[in-house]
Amino acid sequence: MTQRYVLVLTVLLTLAGLAMFVYKWQVLGFPLSENQETPVWTIESAISFDSGPGSIKVNLHIPTLTPGFRTLNENSVSRGYGFSLNYGSGGREAQWAIRRADGRQTIYYRITVFEDAGSEQADTTPPFPPPPAINEPFKTAVDVIVAEVREHSADTASFTTELLRRLNDPSPDPNVELLLSDIESDVDFVDVATMMLAAARIPARMVRGFELSGRQRSADLEPWLEIHDGDRWRFFNPTTGEENLPDHFFIWWRGNEQLINVDGGSNVEVDFAIQEAHLDAVAIAKSQAAKSGATMFDFSLYSLPIQTQAVYAVLLMIPIGALVMVVMRNIVGIDAFGTFMPVLIALAFRETKLVWGIVLFSVLIALGLSIRFLLERLRLLLVPRLSAVLIVVVLLMLLISLVSHKMGMETGLSVALFPMVIIAMTIERMSVVWEERGAADAMRAGGGSLLVATIAYIFMGFEWLEHLVFTFPELLLIVLALVLLAGRYTGYRLLELGRFKALANN
Amino acid sequence: MFATARKLREAGVLGLNERNAEFIMRLNPRRLYPRVDDKALTKQLALEAGMPVPDLYGIIDNQGDIRRFGEIVADYDSFVVKPAQGSGGEGILVITGRSKRKRDCFRLSSGVLITEDEIAHHISNIVSGQYSLSGSLDKALIEYCVHFDPVFAEVSYQGVPDIRVIVYRGYPTMAMVRLPTRASDGKANLHQGAVGAGVDISRGLTLTGVLKNDLVEEHPDTGALIAGLEIPQWDFILESAARGYEVTGLGYLGVDMVIDADRGPLILEMNARPGLNIQIANGTGLSNRIRRIDEIYDADATPAERAAIARREFSADRQLQML
Repeated sequence: MTQRYVLVLTVLLTLAGLAMFVYKWQVLGFPLSENQETPVWTIESAISFDSGPGSIKVNLHIPTLTPGFRTLNENSVSRGYGFSLNYGSGGREAQWAIRRADGRQTIYYRITVFEDAGSEQADTTPPFPPPPAINEPFKTAVDVIVAEVREHSADTASFTTELLRRLNDPSPDPNVELLLSDIESDVDFVDVATMMLAAARIPARMVRGFELSGRQRSADLEPWLEIHDGDRWRFFNPTTGEENLPDHFFIWWRGNEQLINVDGGSNVEVDFAIQEAHLDAVAIAKSQAAKSGATMFDFSLYSLPIQTQAVYAVLLMIPIGALVMVVMRNIVGIDAFGTFMPVLIALAFRETKLVWGIVLFSVLIALGLSIRFLLERLRLLLVPRLSAVLIVVVLLMLLISLVSHKMGMETGLSVALFPMVIIAMTIERMSVVWEERGAADAMRAGGGSLLVATIAYIFMGFEWLEHLVFTFPELLLIVLALVLLAGRYTGYRLLELGRFKALANN
Repeated sequence: MFATARKLREAGVLGLNERNAEFIMRLNPRRLYPRVDDKALTKQLALEAGMPVPDLYGIIDNQGDIRRFGEIVADYDSFVVKPAQGSGGEGILVITGRSKRKRDCFRLSSGVLITEDEIAHHISNIVSGQYSLSGSLDKALIEYCVHFDPVFAEVSYQGVPDIRVIVYRGYPTMAMVRLPTRASDGKANLHQGAVGAGVDISRGLTLTGVLKNDLVEEHPDTGALIAGLEIPQWDFILESAARGYEVTGLGYLGVDMVIDADRGPLILEMNARPGLNIQIANGTGLSNRIRRIDEIYDADATPAERAAIARREFSADRQLQML
């Protein structure tokens, strides 16, 4: 009886999932796979601040000249604000103004661009910059360096390269050391470089932008260096001195002014989110859906704010991990700790990458276990003991991060992404199993967890699957149907075939 | 792979998925679980039904009572400490005697000495729920330590050998004797390394043993032959096991009994999710017998009648003939 209900439910879910999938795919034209040819990026800057008592004016630098990219559209979302576009010294500026506002305010500016290698906008030829006013002892240092660099270079470009090489020298000469003594960030560094170039009468400016790639929830602006050689603008990597611009580098604004200026507001935060989409597929589907009046698009994930989209791109893969878990446990029969521990570990693997994930996880569990065995001797009660293990896990994460950072292995930092409570419970379960059933059983279940996590990671990492589930979330109904079906699977588990082999040969 | 699965299906082997979905979930309503998961309650129910159980010396159900431990065991040299809601034999301490020189020093079944402080810590772990199935607060039972009947002395390494009977809808279906080994630390649990020996239900004779998943003829520590031992009071054991159905209401039940040298068979505990290794120990699957019981099921049969039917139906010889 139950069997029949489950079958009916499974069929219904599958049909519903398939019907919505086919409709969106065939009628609305949603793409089945990610189209690599014309990627479109939407960059959303969310500006939030606490409003003061009086009127508020917000000025934000926005992209003006963007070599390699063309703008598809741009818009701003700001309730009740007056909006205008102005030209400042650093390029275009968006301005929002309001007489009065209450509480925390959030304003969005969104621009959609696509790559076009032929996009070379005309730019002004700047005048020679005036020599910068520098105080002693810095002035002498600048003069000495400029003179030396000039000796070792032939033209503007080689001068810039040589200058950057000297500034980045791991064992700098005393003059460079003096100039770089109080820089705190990459931006300050590029600032010093432009000042030196100005001293050599070379027009130079800082540009800031992003390397566009996939979905980024909070993208960081990267400073780059631009110089004019009398003919055109050229780009230099400030940290290596090489003349280049990274692939997909999108320039947001130029100059050393602040990105944003808010009059009458405080606690200003600007957050950039980047979303990669596909022009000739999703965009067309969108316009078609709008034309035919279908509401389906309104309910697609592409209508959500980009930051939320990035979250769902990950969340939607969890059911896939759960399905892997169900198959591994109930159909293959692998022992693992905790029901969803492997899925959570697999999620952490997405950030750490597989090999490092396994190494970090094993190191963490091994260290945690040895400390747990020491704790055993103290004879602590259950809850304090669990808490102690949790604290030890947090400390171990910190230690691993610090040690690996000192050793120059930045991957070690990602240990912080492991779900620490789950790790602590795993250590506790493992030590209990270890004590009561022996090391072999504990290792087997631990290895089983790691194996399931790895397989879940592999499945959750398929990009085509991620795209498919993100574009067609209704496919999760089919995943649900499969899980229900597995819930009524009463056949043998794969490993049981080995376990009961003796009985088969009778 | 599919060929093996088909052969197992033919041999009537029950798999974990089928056990969970078809028997445990269908025949064992969750509300009845406390009757077997809480050993204090099991003991009480069994006593009310007139079944023999080991005497209870005391229950410690909060951290403050732990200091009463010395008082509870003052008159006894041997006793067992176990969590009321433990599973798989975890958290059980078997104390077989006291140190001659220090009264607060006890001897474990393995021969190792343990101080009263260490036992108190263990009880504290039990009470705080380390061994309980749900992780919730638990009780520690302190009870009579069984002096086991010499029948299994040759094939046990310390500890107490016990008899597990699977009872399906009140009918004893399959049985095995679980023999402690050095590796199992005196505990009669197969996954801890104890040997399981199948039992011919019709005659009460042991068959060959199984260690982990392999067949063994001899006990790994004592070297004695496992097969052919006659279990005393077999009728009484089968009948008591069958009565476990009336006591718990669980349609798929494992009843664990021990044979005490003085008091005869005693019920140690009952289990709502008995393991499947018993099939390997008996060299046959559970499904065929379950099907047979479904055919001859009689709701009005008394425990004694059901035990008699089991003796008639499930003989090892008959099994051989069927194959």
